[in-house]
Amino acid sequence: MIRLVGVSKVYASGDRPAVDGLSLDVAEGDIAVLVGPSGCGKTTTLKMINRLIEPSSGTIEVAGRDITSMSPSQLRRSIGYVIQQIGLFPHRTIAENIATVPRLLGWNAGRISRRVDELLEMVDLDLAMRTRYPAELSGGQRQRVGVARALAADPQVMLMDEPFGAVDPIARGRLQDLFLELQQRLRKTIVFVTHDIAEAIRLGDRIAILNVGGILEQYDTPADTLRQPANDFVVDFLGSERGLKRLSLLVIGTVPLEHGPVLAETATVDEARRVMADHGVDWIGVGGDGRLDGWVPAADLDGRHDLSGLSLRRFQSWLTVDASLIDALDVVVTSRTSVAAVFDGDRYLGMLTAEAIARAIVQ
Amino acid sequence: MIEFFGEVSAWLSDPANWSGRDGLPNRLWEHVSVAGVSLMIAGIIALPTGVALGHRGQGGILAVSAVNIGRAVPSFGIVGIAFPITLSLGLRPLGYAATLVALVALALPPMFVNAYTGVRQTDAALVEAARGMGMTERQVLTAVELPLALPVLMAGIRTAAVEVVATATLGAVVGFGGLGRFIIDGFAQRRFEEVFVGGAAVALLAIATETTLGWVQRHSDRSHTARKDRATGPPAGDDVVETVPVG
Amino acid sequence: MNIDWEWIGTHFDDMWTATAEHLALTVLAVGVGLVVAMALSLVALRWRPAYAPITWFTGILYTIPSLALFTFFIPFFGLSLITAEIALVSYTLLILIRNIVAGIEGVPDAVVESARGMGMTERNLFLGVQLPLALPVIIAGIRIATVSTIGLVTVTALIGQGGYGVFILRGIRRQFFTETLTGTLLSVALAVVADLLLVAAERRATPWARRREAV
Repeated sequence: MIRLVGVSKVYASGDRPAVDGLSLDVAEGDIAVLVGPSGCGKTTTLKMINRLIEPSSGTIEVAGRDITSMSPSQLRRSIGYVIQQIGLFPHRTIAENIATVPRLLGWNAGRISRRVDELLEMVDLDLAMRTRYPAELSGGQRQRVGVARALAADPQVMLMDEPFGAVDPIARGRLQDLFLELQQRLRKTIVFVTHDIAEAIRLGDRIAILNVGGILEQYDTPADTLRQPANDFVVDFLGSERGLKRLSLLVIGTVPLEHGPVLAETATVDEARRVMADHGVDWIGVGGDGRLDGWVPAADLDGRHDLSGLSLRRFQSWLTVDASLIDALDVVVTSRTSVAAVFDGDRYLGMLTAEAIARAIVQ
Repeated sequence: MIEFFGEVSAWLSDPANWSGRDGLPNRLWEHVSVAGVSLMIAGIIALPTGVALGHRGQGGILAVSAVNIGRAVPSFGIVGIAFPITLSLGLRPLGYAATLVALVALALPPMFVNAYTGVRQTDAALVEAARGMGMTERQVLTAVELPLALPVLMAGIRTAAVEVVATATLGAVVGFGGLGRFIIDGFAQRRFEEVFVGGAAVALLAIATETTLGWVQRHSDRSHTARKDRATGPPAGDDVVETVPVG
Repeated sequence: MNIDWEWIGTHFDDMWTATAEHLALTVLAVGVGLVVAMALSLVALRWRPAYAPITWFTGILYTIPSLALFTFFIPFFGLSLITAEIALVSYTLLILIRNIVAGIEGVPDAVVESARGMGMTERNLFLGVQLPLALPVIIAGIRIATVSTIGLVTVTALIGQGGYGVFILRGIRRQFFTETLTGTLLSVALAVVADLLLVAAERRATPWARRREAV
């Protein structure tokens, strides 16, 4: 969908190129994240795709057409563009802001109005926002408007330059969720620039790691990048928590679960003590038949015959098979039982221990 | 047109126009001296007042009013009103006194406002730091606020000076000498070459004043910062006193 | 220095005529000044090196006293309206150009970048985004230019034009204080009214700024 072939950018003032012979293919419906330290030319690369910056050499194609065959404004109207500072027009209402490109394209008023409503809903904003001005919105809301404005004319291609960089971490997490959810539905072809490797890993279908001077070090899926970094630069850039970052990409479903120290109510205390000893734990789970009702510490068993009638404690989090291993690890290290129990709805599937997660990293 | 400039050059080469009471040198001296005296009087009144109020942070409304009034009152009107006031006070010589009163009145607002805002807008953190190091109020004023306010203060003096030089020309209407004499008399007697010479002399004097004081103002800046801002200059607004109309 | 109330009572017609003349001279000067300033500002915005010489030249025009500036055009146009207007227009240029350029350049880069990124042409961008956002700063310049011009128009009485300056000049010549004072105060009043009207116009033209104050 987007193809860069030997693209370079040399500024008159710079002694070395900002981007040097970059070739990159982005498949239709994919999110390609450009990531790298400052000065790596990631923003320059992005702006060359919509001709805000003209390349010094090389060719760029969007949807099979050389971008120089279209006028810059024609090209840009067909590409959604979101930047970190958003750049909403302070003198126009939210509805007018969103309607910018449709108006440039000459849509009629009714169609624009319907589209604005649809987009506000899509990015989870109240329709009452229509007549507000940007200054009256919070940072997160403004960023949603920015995304809606970029989507207004339903472009096949989106360019996003650190779109979530300026909002606080909580709002950023929510915007990333919303973004992935929208992408599930819309399947745009997206080039996304960030300096945050965690964001790149979370959002990208493929990650292009760029070095200073616009040199492409690796272009791969997040999982493969983490497993097989192409060189020392990539290793350094991925950082010390490479293993943990990989965990964030693996879901619980890919790891075999253990049944764990779990017995039915009818089991005797002697049985329970034996199972606890086998597992090397000081607590026992109570359940069975696809249920896990809770757990009790070993001390509660003193003076009892079997496991019935105990006051059970609940497992603190209920994880599903879609959850990432990093979430599972979090539960393991913070819970009293040191395990993460996994459920499908109410049905108990099994549990994960720190050892099982460690094995998954090594694989 | 060539004929007209012939007349101008004839006027300039006539020795009678270069000597005596009606000569160019004497008129220039009258013009410069009335401007200088009025600036001194206005400075003695306005600068200490502005600095004192700015240091205490009082009189903000007075400063804003001074800007607005200074802009809205026509300088020609001030000259016109100064005339009967001088007359009723019995000040002599009448033309000189009336012009002087008008010019002092014109020079007061820009000088006061810039002295006030210059001191007032000193970075509050600097003043606090100065007090924190044990400076007395007097030391805060003389060692911190005044040196930093100097460029703004000088801008006020420059604005006042250019305005005073310009308006002194109108003194001729109320019987004063100065370079305006050539213009007003020239109008009356339809000697337009004389009008032109007077106008050119006033224009050159105003530009010389502006250039000289502008140079002084720039060299009074001790902070060595924000040079770049000044290259473009700020937009004019309610609180900017660099651009006061010239009569 | 007594005020002659009877003179005032019997000269309302003259005052209306003078007001109309004064206003016409002012509106013409500021209107033409705005057109010229806009053209020169566009040149400076397109080609930045032009800004310094443009402000240098208009700065000199601004420094030259009005009476002196009138004298330069008398050989060409006599004691006429054109002579008066050329000088009055010259005075508005520096303030207007400074504020137009500062206003346009004050529009945040992100807004300009996103406008271009969405495919606005330079014309869309200037008329639809930069100019409306620069409006408060431009109107601030128009206010100062208008108030200054109203004061300067009084001087045009010396080269035979109308307006309040006629009262001031005649008052001085006949040593009639009431007439001079009337001319001066009318000029101040007109300046104040014009300024208030421009403030109101600005508030109407920039609803987004008002809404932000309310929040």
